[in-house]
Amino acid sequence: MERHDGWFRALRAMALTLVLLFFLFPIFWILLMSFQNNEQILRLPPSLVFRPSLGNYIALISGKLQTSAGVLDITFLHNLWNSVLLSTCSVALSLLLGVPAAYAFARFRFRLGEDIAFTLLSFRFAPPLLVLLPLSLYFQDLGLSNTYFGLIWVYQLICLPLILWIVRGYFEDASPDVEYAYRIDGHSWWRAFTRIAIPLAGPGIAAAALLSFIFAWNNFVFALILASADKQPVTVGALAFVTASGIQYGQIAAAIVLSILPTLALALYAQRWLVEGLSLGAVKG
Amino acid sequence: MSEQINGGLGVRRLHARFGRQEVLRGIDLDVAAGETLVLFGTSGAGKTVLLRAIAGLEPAATGEIHVAGRDVSVLGPEARDIGMAFQNFALYPHMTARENIASPLRARHYDATEIERRVTAMASLLRIGHVLGQPPRALSNGQKQRTALARALVAEPKLLLLDDPLRNVDAKLRYEMRLELPRLLRRAGAATIYVTQDYREAMALGDRIAVLREGRIAQIGPPETIYDAPCDVAVARLFGDPPLNLLPCRVQPEGGRLRVEAAGLRLLLDARVAAGAECLLGLRPEAMALTREATEGASAAQVVAITPLHERFVLLLRTADGVEIVASTTGQPPAAGSQVWVGAMVAGALLFEADSGRIIARRAAPEVCAA
Repeated sequence: MERHDGWFRALRAMALTLVLLFFLFPIFWILLMSFQNNEQILRLPPSLVFRPSLGNYIALISGKLQTSAGVLDITFLHNLWNSVLLSTCSVALSLLLGVPAAYAFARFRFRLGEDIAFTLLSFRFAPPLLVLLPLSLYFQDLGLSNTYFGLIWVYQLICLPLILWIVRGYFEDASPDVEYAYRIDGHSWWRAFTRIAIPLAGPGIAAAALLSFIFAWNNFVFALILASADKQPVTVGALAFVTASGIQYGQIAAAIVLSILPTLALALYAQRWLVEGLSLGAVKG
Repeated sequence: MSEQINGGLGVRRLHARFGRQEVLRGIDLDVAAGETLVLFGTSGAGKTVLLRAIAGLEPAATGEIHVAGRDVSVLGPEARDIGMAFQNFALYPHMTARENIASPLRARHYDATEIERRVTAMASLLRIGHVLGQPPRALSNGQKQRTALARALVAEPKLLLLDDPLRNVDAKLRYEMRLELPRLLRRAGAATIYVTQDYREAMALGDRIAVLREGRIAQIGPPETIYDAPCDVAVARLFGDPPLNLLPCRVQPEGGRLRVEAAGLRLLLDARVAAGAECLLGLRPEAMALTREATEGASAAQVVAITPLHERFVLLLRTADGVEIVASTTGQPPAAGSQVWVGAMVAGALLFEADSGRIIARRAAPEVCAA
């Protein structure tokens, strides 16, 4: 039961504003920082009044970092491209492997099924550093270190369990009768899977893909150990801003803003999929 | 049961087992083209499993299934040429009603104009033409159920499987559809299996009824036979509301006939049984005869309670020795608390063996029990 009197609405608006301030303030502050130079950022007390400059962004995009010690080459845009490539390919591969696997776990009972599913989940709680040392040795033997393919493979540790377990839940929630009905209509198993099961689990697949994209995007330690400069994503590339002449706060802030943008755009785009309750009215309400 | 497979459905030696539990224990079944067989039983009897096995959705099932003379046992559900309506409708939520109904036609690669023609015709037959553009969530339960039926019927399959399609619709619509369905099914001309737990629906829709119990067919026959000559006590109790009275009785052969005495009621039946055998007398409420004066073979009883049920009144009676008997009457019922005489109509009396529950055949009654 919702009450619509003025007091209630005013209180709700206040509460929402407080929550938004709390969560968005750091991002807002970083946005401000990205238009300032180090002196403006570090003055005490901090002030909201400053003359904004695009210097940080220009430095990032041109790849020339002006420091007191001279001009440094930075590869931020290349790192950003690496991040996009690695995260996109990792999520795509995870979807390709994880969605059919999730369907199998949801629909069929087979020997060791639960054990396999749980083993895959356990990848999520293994500390990455523990697996990295043997992994880097193997990668050197196999010639996979410092390759996109190797990184994408390792990123499956992040993406695959997430996609598998979220999407499995969505498949389990959908009534199998709907797929049976489609097969009885005369459609093959494959068509029932692609035309019925996947669209009905669509919101779940979108949510899982978005989440695993964010996790892959934010990953730091795998790429730090297994890749060198030309394959590194932004998370590792940001280390370049810690220079001999000091930490470049302004450029870091600008880099953060630029690296948030793709995920933000993706989240905004995927939002309509996330809220659309497709399975409404499928069976008796 | 003949071994010949007709133009409809033939099921032979169908078994299904889930782990240790045997759900179907050898089902043999024939349904002719154009015939409606009602599959009746309590929940857990195996009705839905049998239906799903016939549809090819039950990997655990073994046995032979023939549809229109073709052995489909090893084929997937898409190749069996069947239409099915599910208890929960199972509509495709991301498609409109039109696309839902068109789905079987698309699978059979009809061209667009033919699909449109058939969908429109089927929709107007089921009176859902005005909601074809809507997605399932915008439809009422009745419209969803009609859409599901249209989808099952539209491609004119050889076999129709209807899994309790009226379970989830309201009473008014259920009544409407009970009148409408026989016409639709006759028009479709397919062999039809209709699953229900409602004995009235079973009697109204079935050309024959198969009573399923613990994975076996307990009895199969026309509705009248199932009602008038149930093969045992359990089947007799499944049909009829309120269920029949079951009274322990004494039997005594008397001049080629059988004198039966139960709860003060006495009647002569054409049946043969060893003297002193333990029997149960089954009397349907509507086979009870109520009178205000003492009559031959009747027992004095008091009216304990009266309940109206549809166009009838259901009376709970208690005889002098405390036996409770349910009777129903269409006329003006006697007042509660009043004294009446209750007798039984010989034609409606059923006699069962007390220990096995099997019916004791009367006269030249046909063999009613499946083996």
